[in-house]
Amino acid sequence: MVAQLLALRDRPVPRSAVAAGACVVALALVPGIVDTYQVQLLIYGLIAAIAALGFNLLLGYTGLLSFGHSAYFGIGAYTVAFIVEHLGPQSMEFYLLVGIPVMALTSALFGYICVRHTRIFFGILTLAISQVIYSLAMKLYWVTGGSDGLRVPRPSLLLGALSFSGPAGFQRFITSYYYYVLAVFIVCVLLMWVIVHSPFGKALQGIRDNEVRARFLGLPIARYRWIAFLASGMFTGLAGILWVPLNGLTTPDVLYWTFSGEIVFTALLGGFRNFTGPIVGGIVFTYLKSYAVATTEYWQLLLGVVLVALVLVLPTGIVGALSRLGQRLRHSTGPEGRAP
Amino acid sequence: MILLETKELRKQFGETKACDGLNFIVHQGEFLSLVGSNGAGKTTLVNLISAHLQPDSGQILFDGRDITGATVTERIKAGIARSFQIVSLFDALSVFDNIALSVFAREGKTANMARLADHDEDVRRETLEVLGQFGLAGKASVPAGGLAQGERKLLDVAVAYALRPRLLFLDEPTSGVSTHDKGQIMDTVSSVVRGGHVTAVVIEHDMDVVFRYSDRIVMMHEGAFLADGTPDEIRANQDVASILLGAPPAG
Repeated sequence: MVAQLLALRDRPVPRSAVAAGACVVALALVPGIVDTYQVQLLIYGLIAAIAALGFNLLLGYTGLLSFGHSAYFGIGAYTVAFIVEHLGPQSMEFYLLVGIPVMALTSALFGYICVRHTRIFFGILTLAISQVIYSLAMKLYWVTGGSDGLRVPRPSLLLGALSFSGPAGFQRFITSYYYYVLAVFIVCVLLMWVIVHSPFGKALQGIRDNEVRARFLGLPIARYRWIAFLASGMFTGLAGILWVPLNGLTTPDVLYWTFSGEIVFTALLGGFRNFTGPIVGGIVFTYLKSYAVATTEYWQLLLGVVLVALVLVLPTGIVGALSRLGQRLRHSTGPEGRAP
Repeated sequence: MILLETKELRKQFGETKACDGLNFIVHQGEFLSLVGSNGAGKTTLVNLISAHLQPDSGQILFDGRDITGATVTERIKAGIARSFQIVSLFDALSVFDNIALSVFAREGKTANMARLADHDEDVRRETLEVLGQFGLAGKASVPAGGLAQGERKLLDVAVAYALRPRLLFLDEPTSGVSTHDKGQIMDTVSSVVRGGHVTAVVIEHDMDVVFRYSDRIVMMHEGAFLADGTPDEIRANQDVASILLGAPPAG
């Protein structure tokens, strides 16, 4: 990947890279402009974006709709909680060091089972597995804390260089953790960008579009779907690892199927046929849900109405709609078939 | 030199014998047309050779090697590629990416997820070359789903050709297009395939096209071979004429 980034030096900087750079600068300035609560919300938004980015590698790029991604998010969160309970170190780097391999193993195992099927059968399998994990979290209460869940205190960051005890600890934690999550988010976006624009990413899109033709190019379809599942689960699990120190508590709610539905909603909201769709969806959904919960006790009804409106009015999501608008505006500016 | 040979190849669907003990031979470098009415067994034969279907019995030899039990991937690696009767493309991918994916697959590079596809200069150069050969360079950035039918037919062939096969099966490359487009498609396909020294087997219904472009013509009827010869020999064959006119063969 480093070689790829170095190779970019010889090419003209595309407008999308300039826009991405501007977004990063804007995000970096946020803590100096808004209050702690808004910063905290934005951290949740960035984490939701990482989860949706992973989910969309399956939906948008491989054509597999998972109804069970809560399992990977929740296992990531519970892994951190178990580390706190049984291993002791309250270091974010330690959580990542242990959590990411756990997510890789879990996703590899569940993916191996699920990618043998496609369409509705794949969706039902992912849903069933996530519900099994949810049931285990509820029933094995002496391990998981049952419906009460497990507490996770604020960890230190950067190998103990930053710790957050004492007065104003929470505020300092939020500001520091924001930049920490932002850095991880940027790495995730770059990684996913390279994956989906790599030959492997093109192969996934080929499999999504036309499985028979992909087979007649000699592509190992089941293996590539499995690798995509593995990567997808790891991204979503990483989001769970980042989420639980911010939330301070993990409960079986994050393993329940409705949480999987929120991840699907997020991708639909932003637009699953665009790279940036899940990112925008993750951030917008976080604010939308927060606003809905604060506004009415019927917040689920409000979100449901938004979802119905979304499907009917903006089937390509926010980014898809903006992209089409941009294309219409640029329609007369260039010839149709330039070489890429 | 014989490139492909089938021995007593059989495939039956219920009571219908789609391939009834076929002994089919394709010689290296020839442009062979497989003709016959609908249901004659042409596509089934191609499906059996390309591993889209498994035969009930019989043997398939490619370059002297028995490939009867080989998988699709193994047959592609051996040098067999095909296009499809109903255009089969990656519709959301650009025309460029349709070809590039084929080149990446042939080069065994599709597992690479750490390098941007557009930065592979060798693949890019070869993809542009294939697009140029098939007259699709001007449509490189257009999604395949947005092409006209004639262009889609050409791209379908180009995707298979980009695998650099030794034997290329083209299943009705001109179906569903205008007479004018048929000529253009076949001129292009014939020129590229012959220029690349690729052996081609074309399933085709339009006999004008068949007579004009083929080195050899094999006619099928009800799962068996009815005639095999040069265009002139086939023109003179009364059984073929009867079938083409809708009457049963003589004898």
